[in-house]
Amino acid sequence: MDIIGAQLVNGVSYGLLLFIITCGLSLVFGILGVLNLAHGSLYMFGAYIAYSLTATYTQSFWLALLIAPISVALLALVVELILLRPTYQLGHLSQVLLTFGLAYVFHDLASIIWGSNVLSIPVPSIFSGSIAIFGQTFPVYRIAVIIVGIVIAVLLWYIQEKTKWGAIIRAGLSDKQMVSALGINIKLVFTIVFVIGGLLAGFGGVVAGPILGLYPSMEFQTLILALVVLVIGGLGSISGTLVAGLLVGIVETFSRFLVPELSMFLVFGLMAIILIVKPNGLLGKKVA
Amino acid sequence: MRKKGFLIMCIIFVLTVLSACGNSAIQSSSSSSDSKNQTDKQTESSESIKIGNILPFSGVYASLGKDLSDGMKLYFESVNWEVEGKKIELIEEDTEADPQVALRKLRKLMDQDNIDILNGAVSTAVAYAIRDEVDSKKLPYLASHAGGNDLTRAQRSDYIWRSSFSSWQIGHSMGQWAYDNIGEKMYIAAADYAFGKEVSAAFKAAYTAAGGEIVGEVYPPLGNNDYSSYLTTIGGVEADGVYAFFAGSDAVRFVQQYEQFGLKEKFPLVGSGWLVAEDLREQIGNAAEGAFVSTFWDYSLETEENQAFVKAYEDAYNRRPTIESLEGYDAARVIVEAIKSLGGDVSDPNKVVEAMSNVTFTSPRGQIEFDKETHHVIQNMYITETVLVDGKTENKVIDSVEKVKDPGK
Repeated sequence: MDIIGAQLVNGVSYGLLLFIITCGLSLVFGILGVLNLAHGSLYMFGAYIAYSLTATYTQSFWLALLIAPISVALLALVVELILLRPTYQLGHLSQVLLTFGLAYVFHDLASIIWGSNVLSIPVPSIFSGSIAIFGQTFPVYRIAVIIVGIVIAVLLWYIQEKTKWGAIIRAGLSDKQMVSALGINIKLVFTIVFVIGGLLAGFGGVVAGPILGLYPSMEFQTLILALVVLVIGGLGSISGTLVAGLLVGIVETFSRFLVPELSMFLVFGLMAIILIVKPNGLLGKKVA
Repeated sequence: MRKKGFLIMCIIFVLTVLSACGNSAIQSSSSSSDSKNQTDKQTESSESIKIGNILPFSGVYASLGKDLSDGMKLYFESVNWEVEGKKIELIEEDTEADPQVALRKLRKLMDQDNIDILNGAVSTAVAYAIRDEVDSKKLPYLASHAGGNDLTRAQRSDYIWRSSFSSWQIGHSMGQWAYDNIGEKMYIAAADYAFGKEVSAAFKAAYTAAGGEIVGEVYPPLGNNDYSSYLTTIGGVEADGVYAFFAGSDAVRFVQQYEQFGLKEKFPLVGSGWLVAEDLREQIGNAAEGAFVSTFWDYSLETEENQAFVKAYEDAYNRRPTIESLEGYDAARVIVEAIKSLGGDVSDPNKVVEAMSNVTFTSPRGQIEFDKETHHVIQNMYITETVLVDGKTENKVIDSVEKVKDPGK
């Protein structure tokens, strides 16, 4: 019984990590309607910048946690202004192609800057210990990830549902012309949302770095997981992303525990079943 | 509704591309390092001996390819790129660790460059892919990293000799030692791909033959990013130790998480050299302390030859050699010694492989020679322990198994 409880904690912690990684992607998709396939690359840049900061300049994880997401957000700003903005009237395909192409460009850039060696970010010293839950040892850092995941989920939900900002964003999603007519600069709103998406991706990179590590083509592995979570949760829904992250985390953890050979298969199988039963995802909005 | 359907199609497409091809889909880096000719082609081109090197210079194995190449160049440099009055010309091609690409590059090396001897291959899949071509064209080939058992067993060829290691040697050498020094019950965790399976099967055979019992096995997929659920499972079993085979980024995460989940205090970690490899330990940090691994060379070997090699390498490249650097260094020496014994005449491939098979010398890893039966190197295996020295982890050789010979069955 204890081992089941322990695996559940593993699953929840992994699931919330997936949520932290995916929420930026989901936010951008929900509001801009842009499927940002370079999201994994932004995540990767967050992790690598944090590595450079902790390994050389500042030695501080906390400073890295502050600076790396901001740097990635600036990169996202440049991408949105220069590359993405002209494509809004061209339709989804051009954005999918553009961001997928960008992912490859960023991949090469990262390998030029940081090389192809395996790197890792040390766990910050406050969280480096471990505690006992269900008679098993858990790294404190994983418990911290659970808390951070919950905080981000609540924050995003609050902003989207309870503030004026959220109202504008939601209105912009359903009717761009109407929002513009009300005197709100919809282009600016889009830019800000994309930058926030970049910020979250970078943040995800720093938080996941000590657990998942940094290595060549890490961003594509992350992108696969993020897309699976996005599809299961329902395209563009933050609460759906949270539920899906948890579901994928728990399913994957338990399948590794019970049938290790099938763990990847089960996650993709889950996605396929959900696509068949609920094509909009678990909590996806119904688009008319 | 149509928009959504379209985007879901896009996602599925991207997922297929990314997951079906795994890591190999992601090797877009331009191969600008192709065809680096080390010597001037104009001078004495008819008098030079051409050696083709097929190594991954881009993709996941790029750093292995580079180290191997640097090790070779270091040895060729020490003989001034010259044997028996003939220039050595090294022509390198990037395989991207992709069997199809490697086959194409091999044909280029044979048809355009007319190489005399082939060396390299980091990925075993690449070595298997080029095997038939090498065999039918009678091209002397020295395999200097790829460790898959079959290359010197079922896939053995008259023209293929291996100077590196076999997965059997790596796994088997730990079996008896683990039984004598760790305990009677072990758990196995290894990456789920051919090499991981071969190494752990060899370990299992040797360990159970010694009298030990394997209490459980788990094979996480290659490139797994989270080991928490496996580690929780292992934490619940009764065992004296854990035998692990992981390499690269998998090794970094596994060893770190092994400590974070409190397993290090419960079970000693035993494995193969790649678990705490020279180029990974800095990233693994102190979690590597206390690991016992088997390997065929270690930085800390206190022989005269090794200290000279380490010093020369560090002077030349300003970084520590890795096991791949050593493999390149030794492969270059095997080739040079073979050419020497032929008086510089490499026109007959049969004589070249014959000469290669007779090469024996004291390498930085110890005495090596080839087994004429299996075409595979006979060498010492070392057991190392990872210890803390001045706050950093170092491997220390604590035991050795002399003259390990692959059974070739």
